[in-house]
Amino acid sequence: MAWETVIGLEVHVQLRTRTKMFCGNRTTFGDPPNTNVCPVCLGLPGALPVPNAEAIRLAVRGAIALGCTVHETSVFARKNYFYPDLPKGYQISQFDRPLATGGSVTFESPDRGRMKVGITRLHVEEDAGKLLHDRVPGKTAVDLNRAGTPLAEIVSEPDLRSPAEARAYLTTLRQILIYAGVSDCSMEQGSLRVDANLSIRPTGVEKLGTKTEVKNMNSFANVERALEAERERQVVLVESGRRVEQVTLLFNAGTGQVKPTRSKEESHDYRYFPDPDLPPLVLTPKWIAEQRAALPELPEAKRERLERVYALSATDTRALTAEAPLARYFESVVDAGADPKTAANWVMGDVMSSYNESGSFPVSPSRLAALIGLVRDGVVSHQAAKRLFSELAKSDEEAPRAAAERLGLVQVSEGNALRGWVDEVLAANPAEVTRFRQGEIKLMSFFVGQVMKKSRGKADPKGVQPVLQERLAQVK
Amino acid sequence: MTATAGQRGIGATTARETAKRLADAASLNATLSWSEELLDAEGARVDGMNKPGPLAGIPIALKDNIVTVEQPTTCGSRILEGYVSPYNATVVERLRAAGALIAAKTNLDEFAMGSSTEHSAFGRVKNPLDPSRVPGGSSGGSAALVAAGVVPVALGSETGGSVRQPASFCGVVGVKPSYGRVSRYGLVAFGSSLDCISVFGRTVDDAAPVLSTISGPDALDATTVARPPLGLPKALPNLAGMTFGLPKEYFPPDLDAGVAAALRRTTEMIKQLGGSVREVSLPNSVYAVPTYYIIAPAEAAANLARYDGVRYGQRRVGPEGDIRALYRTTRGEGFGEEVRRRILVGTYVLSAGYYDAYYRKAQRVRALIAEDFRRVFQDVDLLLTPTTPTPAFKAGEKTEDPVAMYLADVFVCSMSLAGLPALSLPVGRSNGLPIGAQIVAPYFEEERMLSAARILEQNTDALAEVR
Repeated sequence: MAWETVIGLEVHVQLRTRTKMFCGNRTTFGDPPNTNVCPVCLGLPGALPVPNAEAIRLAVRGAIALGCTVHETSVFARKNYFYPDLPKGYQISQFDRPLATGGSVTFESPDRGRMKVGITRLHVEEDAGKLLHDRVPGKTAVDLNRAGTPLAEIVSEPDLRSPAEARAYLTTLRQILIYAGVSDCSMEQGSLRVDANLSIRPTGVEKLGTKTEVKNMNSFANVERALEAERERQVVLVESGRRVEQVTLLFNAGTGQVKPTRSKEESHDYRYFPDPDLPPLVLTPKWIAEQRAALPELPEAKRERLERVYALSATDTRALTAEAPLARYFESVVDAGADPKTAANWVMGDVMSSYNESGSFPVSPSRLAALIGLVRDGVVSHQAAKRLFSELAKSDEEAPRAAAERLGLVQVSEGNALRGWVDEVLAANPAEVTRFRQGEIKLMSFFVGQVMKKSRGKADPKGVQPVLQERLAQVK
Repeated sequence: MTATAGQRGIGATTARETAKRLADAASLNATLSWSEELLDAEGARVDGMNKPGPLAGIPIALKDNIVTVEQPTTCGSRILEGYVSPYNATVVERLRAAGALIAAKTNLDEFAMGSSTEHSAFGRVKNPLDPSRVPGGSSGGSAALVAAGVVPVALGSETGGSVRQPASFCGVVGVKPSYGRVSRYGLVAFGSSLDCISVFGRTVDDAAPVLSTISGPDALDATTVARPPLGLPKALPNLAGMTFGLPKEYFPPDLDAGVAAALRRTTEMIKQLGGSVREVSLPNSVYAVPTYYIIAPAEAAANLARYDGVRYGQRRVGPEGDIRALYRTTRGEGFGEEVRRRILVGTYVLSAGYYDAYYRKAQRVRALIAEDFRRVFQDVDLLLTPTTPTPAFKAGEKTEDPVAMYLADVFVCSMSLAGLPALSLPVGRSNGLPIGAQIVAPYFEEERMLSAARILEQNTDALAEVR
């Protein structure tokens, strides 16, 4: 039987604030355990939460960027459960009145092309602490630095149909949230976490199958792997006549397998109720409009604009908009006078490699534009230009033209030097010369290549051919 | 008050006198912690202040659910035995800055759950007027200390009448402010949407400046309201132009005869002073006690979840040695019976399948109760009711019957649910036991309420027998 996979994702992102959701402690990653704590995030008797305005602002930006309706009134609720990393015995979250609902994300599905995933809701909540099992032998230690860190939970509709599609959606979601400045979205530092719901049903059947929840994936690649494993597990279960139970499973990156957690933990009744310590969160339409106006251009809009304004291909614009700084850099290079397609090729090539390595742009846009101008004017060859680029990356003082001259990269398109290299090449390859004269004219490109090699890139390929023609005709 | 602002050495003198009075009153079991050393240190601190402040040298006792750095804060519970807070409650900071001396931490029903101060893990508090009787609760320790003349003022906390009711039983003034008037930061939470730090005083003029000092918005409590600070009550020449509503639901036929007589006398006094009275109706108030006993336990069940033995307080490792046994044993042994009962009730009413029938419905009734008050306050300036259905009852009389105990708060719960300011004023005695009249004001109209109470107080012999 053919099975259809149905996937919905719950993504938690850490809002990029300096301080926690309900108190003034720092949110820095990696500090010594229990150093960023206070009566509020420790849940000491008598302490009260006060909402972090910046966290609300960032969550609203995220909601707008995902096309959600931001509600003028939303309500904080207590989610009650006991766990040693949860200081108050409840988590402050939002339940039946979340901050925002009803958005969508457009992305490129590897299976179905451009498509939309519905965003059910986005709400704000506080994070729990962390249990450390390797710190004290035989005991579990609690680190509450992370307790109270502001999170936005983004719940998608079950619109995804394959693990690869889920991964592509996550990539786009992450890109949007980074563009909007909402979160760093670093899975390594835990500022983006994914819980995935998956069910299967016979192709063509409307009714959803029983879903399971998969957790503990530390990269998008592992989300895909985990979902593949879970899909496979469910198919095997159903095809062998058994039923899928509603369980939570943990992914083991080492084995690539998913394992159900103890099912006892699943009978949670969180007894949500409005948190009496926090009045309803009321946002004015004017303020919400200001947040909308303050949003930067988002990836989708940027792609469309780059395609339209610079006549670039969809593939090019996707690469250029992978990260906002790349697109910004590209546009600066064009503004400084470079041809858009040539600038795009540079940005997608050498510029992107160095950016991915260093996170910065060692060659300023105006210098790259000047370099592109040198190639266009035939002053340096394309090959030499690459060498020149890495030279320019070492220091930001020298002008491209001066550096090209200092390195002897200025092309030679006529004169004695060129004739000298041509003669040397012809003298060194008598057999090829003979074959050429016998009519094997495709050897011309061989000779050009040899001359370029001899000149170490300095010869202008356009100038080499006429000289070669001339010399091959002369020498008898 | 006894102390005068700016007097040199007033702190040291007050400290010594207060220590002596505290020692003399030990048999009441009204305090959970105080020491001569801490009192002397408080006195020295006050004497060293550049500007003594409006409460200079006034000794104040605090209910032991208000956190302090200097003394332990136990909430009358084994589970917090020995717990010392690393920070002071906002009200404590404000009192200290105003020159008050923190004199003692007072006994209470465990986590403020009770109406008789018999539910403390550290023993019951005795009513100073008759040690065989209860002082009311849950702020019984604070009420008893003021009634015994140990301190002129004390802080208690209200969730559903826990200051007004003991004030009535002990013959002192008890003032509950509007919800949002006084910061709850540092008040150990019971029912967060109801909890109000409140003030006991021998007189209205004792209590009012303390309430004024601790009131006002606090950046640490998101439920405080930004309104102008609470001023002191006016010296009214009479009650001319002031209308008191007498809600008929608060004067049932079976009201204690002494209580009824005292309220009749107060009603007469209002008229003599030029005020008018009028019968009004608050029909939904009859649902106040059951509504309260759904909402308060629901919030309490969540608020008390933090006492799990993981981070602070008492920890009891269970026989199995795992985390669930730790929770079960710490909480099972640490909490008393009444607290466990309310946690169970609260957990039940919030559970899936019961939420709509209990918690949601209770919230709707709460809104109706509040709406009743809004409606009558369009016609009257203040309300007058008995504070309690009877004078102080005997110790042990209601401990076996939780519902009978809950009904001791039948006249005080509704104002808590509506978030309104209310006070209890001693207006007479019946068989030697004090009787309180309750005055209720519209939201944030404490000044009107205190001004009216003040002139009534001045024209009432609260020690006289009524019949």
